[in-house]
Amino acid sequence: MSKITYREALNQAMCEEMTRDDRVFLMGEEVAEYNGAYKVSQGMLEKFGERRVIDTPITELGFAGLGVGAAMAGLRPIIEFMTWNFAILALDQIVNAAAKMKYMSAGQYSAPMVFRGAGGSAARVGSQHSQSLENWLANVPGLKVVMPSNPADAKGLLKASIRDNDTVIFIENEINYGDVAEVPDDEYIIPLGKADVKRAGNDVTIVAHSRMTGFALQAAEELAKQGIDAEVIDPRTIKPLDEATILASVAKTNRCLVAEEGWRFAGIGAEISARIMEKGFDDLDAPVARVTGKDVPMAYAANLERMTLPSVADIVEAARVVCNRA
Amino acid sequence: MSAKQSKTSGKTPGLTHEGREYSAETLHAMHDSMLFIRRFEEKAGQLYGLKKIGGFCHLCNGQEAVCVGAQHAARPEDYMMTGYRDHGHILARGADPTAIMAELLGRAGGIVKGKGGSMHMFDSSLNFAGGNGIVGEQVPIGIGFGFASKYRDDGRVTLCYMGDGAVNQGAVYESLNIASLWKLPVVFVVENNQYAMGTSLSRASAETHLFKRGISFKVPGMHIDGMDVLEVERKMSEAIEHARSGEGPIIVEAITYRYRGHSMSDPATYRSREEVDEWRTGRDPIARLQLQMVEAGFASEADFKDKDRDIKKQVAEIAKAAEAQPEPDAAEVWTDVYNDPIEGAYPYPGKVG
Repeated sequence: MSKITYREALNQAMCEEMTRDDRVFLMGEEVAEYNGAYKVSQGMLEKFGERRVIDTPITELGFAGLGVGAAMAGLRPIIEFMTWNFAILALDQIVNAAAKMKYMSAGQYSAPMVFRGAGGSAARVGSQHSQSLENWLANVPGLKVVMPSNPADAKGLLKASIRDNDTVIFIENEINYGDVAEVPDDEYIIPLGKADVKRAGNDVTIVAHSRMTGFALQAAEELAKQGIDAEVIDPRTIKPLDEATILASVAKTNRCLVAEEGWRFAGIGAEISARIMEKGFDDLDAPVARVTGKDVPMAYAANLERMTLPSVADIVEAARVVCNRA
Repeated sequence: MSAKQSKTSGKTPGLTHEGREYSAETLHAMHDSMLFIRRFEEKAGQLYGLKKIGGFCHLCNGQEAVCVGAQHAARPEDYMMTGYRDHGHILARGADPTAIMAELLGRAGGIVKGKGGSMHMFDSSLNFAGGNGIVGEQVPIGIGFGFASKYRDDGRVTLCYMGDGAVNQGAVYESLNIASLWKLPVVFVVENNQYAMGTSLSRASAETHLFKRGISFKVPGMHIDGMDVLEVERKMSEAIEHARSGEGPIIVEAITYRYRGHSMSDPATYRSREEVDEWRTGRDPIARLQLQMVEAGFASEADFKDKDRDIKKQVAEIAKAAEAQPEPDAAEVWTDVYNDPIEGAYPYPGKVG
């Protein structure tokens, strides 16, 4: 084990996979000479050369589509969006081309590739640079959506995503890039579609992904002081969703809340709570609670930004409500 | 137009046109392919009228020379992709016409098993990568194929087709820039049929000479008569050679005309009967090649009448065979979504709920 940052873990994953497979290349804005806007691709140009680590013009739709075509032709592109906010410009290629290619060509072509970059809320950058779009993407058949919450998961999940034969939407968290944690030195893969119980507990299940996993773990510590033993589940892969792990936890705790940074309407929490209602209704002793970002664009002012995002205190409060302890 | 029988070679006499020699065999192949596409599209139009073909159905009558001339210039390993007016292109490429017709009819034996329809035809065995319904979507995809060829140094060229409507999409400019910057082996073929649905070129484009649209990206352009299959073959050969030689992308603007509406639901009231007649009777690519072949002594008008009768019969049989096929199996709803489905994770492939 080594203590490395989330961004270094991502870097290791890409370097290992590019060493293993010549079909894999990294393309995006500032990924090569600048070493990545968030330094995720630090040193990769030097290591792999300009054939495989490629700076693009600022042209998201163009290079996203280039990636789709290259994948259809047999390469394994990693297309980096500096942030997922800019990927909105490329959605036609992601939704109409990559996601549907296998189906509409009846399996003759597909787009095995990774679209990756920073998602979620950044700090004090205003509404166009702070948003969570995973529910948009998870809604589309043909895509897989992966969101690591810590360095070890980031590495294992990115390696699995690069090897996966489908189009993987890999959403990193901008605030988490500098997080340091133990990451196994040996090669390891975390299979997609498997949730992880980050903290075992008996009283309430908290399902949280990406940055909210850390918030949920902090909330669980606070809840423990108040005599509530929370179980924290990180789905890690938003789609396909490992509902079995969530349902098994709810069967044990009989109470659940879902925390996410994104907007409430039709969010990930809406999907998870619906699935619990459909398949675990008899296990529930209380309605599933949702802690989400407020349904407003993100403001710049520090206090407004803070109020818009879910907090550890919000999760603690919701857990108390679900446990009839409010 | 200079079209005369070559007397220079001792081999099978050919037709020399603009300095390029075509054998009788090649000319017959081009002619038959164009005529087949024409009759196939007419049959598709009929079947649409009978409500046997659903949804959108964009026919390419009038544009056959672009489809066929380009195919004769390309190699089998070259990649190609286009927009939604794709029947003619995939037929010219050599795909099974029964599978194309079955696809239009939504049948199990369709070229994409009934999952794509008129706009989404694919044949990976022929390197034909769609069939795209979003205007201009295939253009960034096309440079991706070109990128893959450069990455692997495989010597292939990508023929990326679009219409005059697509050239106003941002995706096209992003692609021209990247393709030129990285010298990707791509020929951008603009099929300028002069109407983007109901909007004429001059109402939609500030620069109507579409071959010039690459100027600010240093992409050269050619302007060709898309109603002349021999010119298309000759100029496309030059363009493909340019791309294959490593000089980067090139635009070929082929001036053409669609005889039918934009789609089957379009009565085409935005243009005059006289205009359509002028192209149909004055510049038809099939009639033009027939005339050249008759003048060269390769065929008589009677031969072409016989040929037309044979092709019509062949197309009728294809339609009958395609119609006789069953609809896709219900299980097909769930197939081809993922290459690596994840056991136990929602959504469960193949199951509801």
